[in-house]
Amino acid sequence: MLNRVAKRIIISIPVLFGVMLAIFIMLRLVPGDPVTTMLGEHVNPAVIEKISREMGLDQPLYIQFFKYVANALRGDFGTSYRLNRNVTGIILEAFPNTVKLSLLAAAVAWLIGIVSGIVAAIRQNKILDRLFMGGALIGVSMPVFMTALVLQYGFAFKLKWFPVSGFDSVQAMVLPAIVLGWNSAGSIARMTRSNLVEVMQNDFIRTARAKGLREHGVIIGHALKNAMLPVITMMALQLSSMLSGAVLTESVFGVPGIGRLAVNAIENRDMPLLQGTVIFTTILVILGNLIADLLYNVLDPRIREGA
Amino acid sequence: MADVKDRQNLAEGKAAAFVEADKTEISNTSRQVKIEQDVSDQLGEEDTWRDQLMTLVRQNKLAAFSAVVIGLIILAAIFAPVVAPYDYLAQSLTDRLKDPGAAHWLGTDELGRDVLSRIIYGARISLTIGLVPTLISMAIGTILGLCAGFYGGKTDFIIMRLADVMLAFPSLLLAMVVMYTMGGGLINIFIALSLVNWAGTARIVRSQTLSLKEKEFVEAARSIGVKKWTIMFRHILPNCIPSLIVLFTLNIPSAILSEASLSFLGIGAQPPSASWGLMVVRGKKYLFSEPWLSIAPSVAIMIVVLAFNFLGDGLRDVLDPYLKEQ
Repeated sequence: MLNRVAKRIIISIPVLFGVMLAIFIMLRLVPGDPVTTMLGEHVNPAVIEKISREMGLDQPLYIQFFKYVANALRGDFGTSYRLNRNVTGIILEAFPNTVKLSLLAAAVAWLIGIVSGIVAAIRQNKILDRLFMGGALIGVSMPVFMTALVLQYGFAFKLKWFPVSGFDSVQAMVLPAIVLGWNSAGSIARMTRSNLVEVMQNDFIRTARAKGLREHGVIIGHALKNAMLPVITMMALQLSSMLSGAVLTESVFGVPGIGRLAVNAIENRDMPLLQGTVIFTTILVILGNLIADLLYNVLDPRIREGA
Repeated sequence: MADVKDRQNLAEGKAAAFVEADKTEISNTSRQVKIEQDVSDQLGEEDTWRDQLMTLVRQNKLAAFSAVVIGLIILAAIFAPVVAPYDYLAQSLTDRLKDPGAAHWLGTDELGRDVLSRIIYGARISLTIGLVPTLISMAIGTILGLCAGFYGGKTDFIIMRLADVMLAFPSLLLAMVVMYTMGGGLINIFIALSLVNWAGTARIVRSQTLSLKEKEFVEAARSIGVKKWTIMFRHILPNCIPSLIVLFTLNIPSAILSEASLSFLGIGAQPPSASWGLMVVRGKKYLFSEPWLSIAPSVAIMIVVLAFNFLGDGLRDVLDPYLKEQ
């Protein structure tokens, strides 16, 4: 077990390195000199040269890269061009908002997804199943910004139950969380249903029924346990698409999170900030996948106890 | 030279032995003959394609209906100048922000342009974005996946670690970085989406190649000296096609959503383009007074994405038990 954990962590390291390298190279391919872009065309060339040297931009690319990695490992992602502040500080300020949003959204997704998945599986091929699964597919197909705009119009503007934007009160968090959770809820529902339907055909389910267990006992006590394993893994994998969705949700609702930072960084041509946010987010995704893998190992007795 | 020939003869002999063995096995029981026939049916003669299509229509009405919807949208996109009631760029400042009505079914935008016409023209952008980058990225993914699975070893290791890196990125963020590097505009979205989405295809093709290359027909081909590339593209690839078709149908909507999202964030298509994502974000300013401006193009995106998802689901059930299990 420990061996496997260690192996899994070691595999993640080159991926992490590759991610940093990929982003670093891509952002260096931007045409034009970053300092000129930052200061404008009409600045004295001597000043530009001086700033380039101060920022280490006159050194060969591979040296710049290793310096960047070394600094990043120490938690230093450089200085934002636009805000002239430490990128790590900016990210850590925005991070709690994205975490709050993602956790709330995950709660929404799990609640809606798992419950409707179970109901659909029990009522397989009946109206409720069709309705829920149709709804799930619509949920998956709705662009995040569409859900956002519809809810904004209905619940914030017409009914005035929630504020239109912002993220400073519990009430303000409700709509963004539902919007972001909605998409994932669809795929979780579909997966829960198909796994449960499959598990319900097993012999041990028939045995459980034969010994006189009530149907909800069969499902909760026997079927669900087996059906949920892949769903749990998928939830962690959803983290990646959730963070993509967070970019859109944050931008519609004006949530000051990491996704907003990335969009602002692009608008302001703020390369260090963009680099920092993307690498930071991707590290989160890699960690999420790692945790999913380990969780799977812990939860599945066949793997946990096996060789 | 003679050595090569000897080996080839030997190989041919081995292949012949395989065929021979197959024949005796087939003649064993009639049930097996049936199975062999089913297998050769699945390998795809033209009439079985029609059979599969009929199964799809019979089994999954929703998928068939979606195919019709997609067909209609494609027609509308191709014949946009004929179908659209107005020019999508024609501004009319006296007709600004008109409510939906008889003259303008979906109203007009802040420059007096007809929303319905813009949505019809926008279908051209969305469908092209859905088809072309998806084709390119899947071609890249298929070739890399085939190579990784077939050659194994270092090739496999390098390609799959590269895929791991690509898959680690949240896809929208990666596309955003590419757009930052190259600047906005539709052509750059093409490039961004082509580069970003190959890894998923590569993984699936690789895993299929791994199991296919152990099959007898590949061993037979190899033993009669067929070249590696020929085996990969003439023998293994055709067996991956059903999965690839399903994957293609399901990748189209995600490409369409990516374009819409990038344009919505202001780093994709630029005005006055009729990109649906761009229409949504420009209409967003008027959400509380003229909601149709942003909701109508959103609904258009949803319909297209939904239709492709339904169709992909249906195709998967008919064509590809393999993907379904994944």
